Amino acid sequence: MRAVVTVAGTDRKGIIAKVSALLYERDVNIEDISQTILGGQFAMIMMVETAKDEDFSALSAALDELGKSIGMSVRLQHAEIFDAMHNV
Amino acid sequence: MFGKNEVLETIDMVEKEHLDIRTVTMGVSLLPCIRGTAKETAEAVYERVMRKAEALVPTAEALSREYGIPIVNKRVSVTPVSLVTAAFPKESPLVGSALDRAAHELGIDFLGGYSALVHKGMADYEEVFIRTIPQVLAETERLCSSVNVGSSRSGVNMDAIRLMGEIIKETAARTAGQGGIGCCKLVVFCNAVEDNPFMAGAFHGVGEADTVINVGVSGPGVVQHALSFVPEADLTDAAEVIKRTAFKITRAGQLIAKEAAKRLGARFGIVDLSLAPTPARGDSVAHILEELGLSVVGCHGTTAALAMLNDAVKKGGVMASSRVGGLSGAFIPVSEDIGMIESAAAGQISVEKLEAMTCVCSVGLDMIAIPGDTPASTIAAMIADEAAIGMVNSKTTAVRVIPAPGKKVGEEVQFGGLLGRAPILPVHGGDASKFIGRGGLIPAPIHSFKN
Repeated sequence: MRAVVTVAGTDRKGIIAKVSALLYERDVNIEDISQTILGGQFAMIMMVETAKDEDFSALSAALDELGKSIGMSVRLQHAEIFDAMHNV
Repeated sequence: MFGKNEVLETIDMVEKEHLDIRTVTMGVSLLPCIRGTAKETAEAVYERVMRKAEALVPTAEALSREYGIPIVNKRVSVTPVSLVTAAFPKESPLVGSALDRAAHELGIDFLGGYSALVHKGMADYEEVFIRTIPQVLAETERLCSSVNVGSSRSGVNMDAIRLMGEIIKETAARTAGQGGIGCCKLVVFCNAVEDNPFMAGAFHGVGEADTVINVGVSGPGVVQHALSFVPEADLTDAAEVIKRTAFKITRAGQLIAKEAAKRLGARFGIVDLSLAPTPARGDSVAHILEELGLSVVGCHGTTAALAMLNDAVKKGGVMASSRVGGLSGAFIPVSEDIGMIESAAAGQISVEKLEAMTCVCSVGLDMIAIPGDTPASTIAAMIADEAAIGMVNSKTTAVRVIPAPGKKVGEEVQFGGLLGRAPILPVHGGDASKFIGRGGLIPAPIHSFKN
């Protein structure tokens, strides 16, 4: 299933390493990464493809927990919501 | 496909501009629950609502997590109860309390449908039913009630309106300890719709399928934010900005509605293209109108600005959803919109101006507190005026006023939560009791004969 991971917060070392390590462990393929600095805040957007049998809630909770441990907001959302809102 | 800017825009809409799905409402038919006695009927009603809506709250919460969009309210609407209890109308409160119990156990904040449709005539059982409304609203917490008293096809039932003036007064008196909060759960409609997901006026129409999911979207803050980038735009361009924003908001609602219906084994009903405010700052319809260039909502120009906003929201939303319905438009509930509250408290908006505004947007005189000593006939006359606007203009209008017990103009009544707080607005002191006392039916307008 296509999903979007967004990471936001104060820039620091090791963010990509930690998030991508967690995704690798859970068999999630990263298809695209982009980063930007928005109002002094670091924002990273990852397009990912999760394993077919992935429990979305569990993955979401794991990312949320990782976010808390590194002081960032990490969220996972179905890609469908962005497709719906931004494409006719 | 979408890019990083679209991702960030959506996240900002949710985090900074209060974008949310305002309600996922499950409509449930109660017609299979009619039994020989009120007690058996109440039990059947309770069981059916519990069974059908059991998964509503957990499903909505899961959708909210997965799509990253808050779903604020989860609600249930049912077949107008007066139809279910027609054989034993005096005992309708038994069904009312069964529904309230179901609402508590399902974990939903409101359940709508303690309702009667009397727009062309009021049967004896319906009058008895309507007279139970004050007691039921005082004894239940989460049950909402509505009565349809007019339609463009049939005219306006002035006998029912006279009765509703008295019912509103009695409801306020029975809930006087909480500022007359019972009246916040009671709506009098003209041209009520059968698929409205919003409370307090939601009920599940008899023309509907057995179990239906209707979704109401919201996002006044998102529209205001989008307009703040074009402070010099003319109104044509401003309308375009609103349309584009409404499209995005509605697409989110459409996606959630279809997915919710699929997971709950219900039919996807409609998306209500609404701008519904809350008392939170940054979630105000009044502030959109002020963003368009009014110093305060209620001044001259307010009706025109609201007409433009309402139309643009519909045009953007219609394109975004396969089925639209409900009330669809901007809501202007005074106590539930921080901009409206502030304007009312400053004496900048009047009931008369609000009435004019209801000609060009969805619904009507909504969540307006008036002096506690307002006569029942004056309240009935306010309902008659709104019903006439709805009837002649072929639109839904409604009255949800609270004659706050013991309160006078200049004071305020607090309801808390989403219901907010309401400064008491003055009503006209003239006497309409003779007009209201005439009763009868105002005939439907000539342009209603369309066959």
